[in-house]
Amino acid sequence: MRYEWLVLSNPVNGNRVTIRLFARLKDIVGTGELSREASSDATAGTVWRSLMNEFAELRDYETSISVAVNEEYARMDAPVADGDEVAFLPPVSGG
Amino acid sequence: MDTAPYAITTDPLNLDALISAVTSGSPDATIGPGGITSFVGIVRNENAGRRVLRLEYEGYDPLALRAFERIGAETADRWDVRVALHHRLGTLQIGEASVMIAAASPHRADAFAACRYIIERVKQIVPIWKHEFFEGGDVWIEGATADPEDDVARQDAIRVAGLE
Repeated sequence: MRYEWLVLSNPVNGNRVTIRLFARLKDIVGTGELSREASSDATAGTVWRSLMNEFAELRDYETSISVAVNEEYARMDAPVADGDEVAFLPPVSGG
Repeated sequence: MDTAPYAITTDPLNLDALISAVTSGSPDATIGPGGITSFVGIVRNENAGRRVLRLEYEGYDPLALRAFERIGAETADRWDVRVALHHRLGTLQIGEASVMIAAASPHRADAFAACRYIIERVKQIVPIWKHEFFEGGDVWIEGATADPEDDVARQDAIRVAGLE
């Protein structure tokens, strides 16, 4: 029975990605790490847009955001797969 | 003392470590460089008219280290240098060092240019952020949209470095 429950709670197309957020993005969302479902054809951009729908203040960053997938800089059209880590980076200010 | 060429740490930075990183262990270490330049970034007590109390640095460490390596490779492609780059994270008080760069070269012009190029690129593409605490409030400092493939930004850094 336990096995059946696991199967039902993990539908075939139910990819999950880990989202990492930094600096003010972390303040807006209230956490630096969250997990979300992503469709099988998801991209970094679709993950970002659904996050903006969830947290409207993120729209401030619509044109200035950078993204990394699995600890490498990526483009918004980069595909994301089950288990991937997608990091959204506001404009940087090191130094 | 962390003598790795690239490091991110919450510990105080130590310039001797960077000097060691750029001078030790190379095949021609017995000859040595003609000169070493360094850059030390310090937390300032004023920013945009605000009286700064302290900075809290946050980073995406694994990607920041990869960005360091990328910047180091870009620098070595252009100038005859060995370089080191260390950045501190966490809470820094006024006067403490947040970033250190060292460049060793047979030629001083290359060493100076490399140091300047590296700090410009750090500000362009390294995923590290300053949270500024000032008298009366706090603010996340936001500079450049990080895009390592942006050649316009890279050319800007080359121009600032002064050799083109």
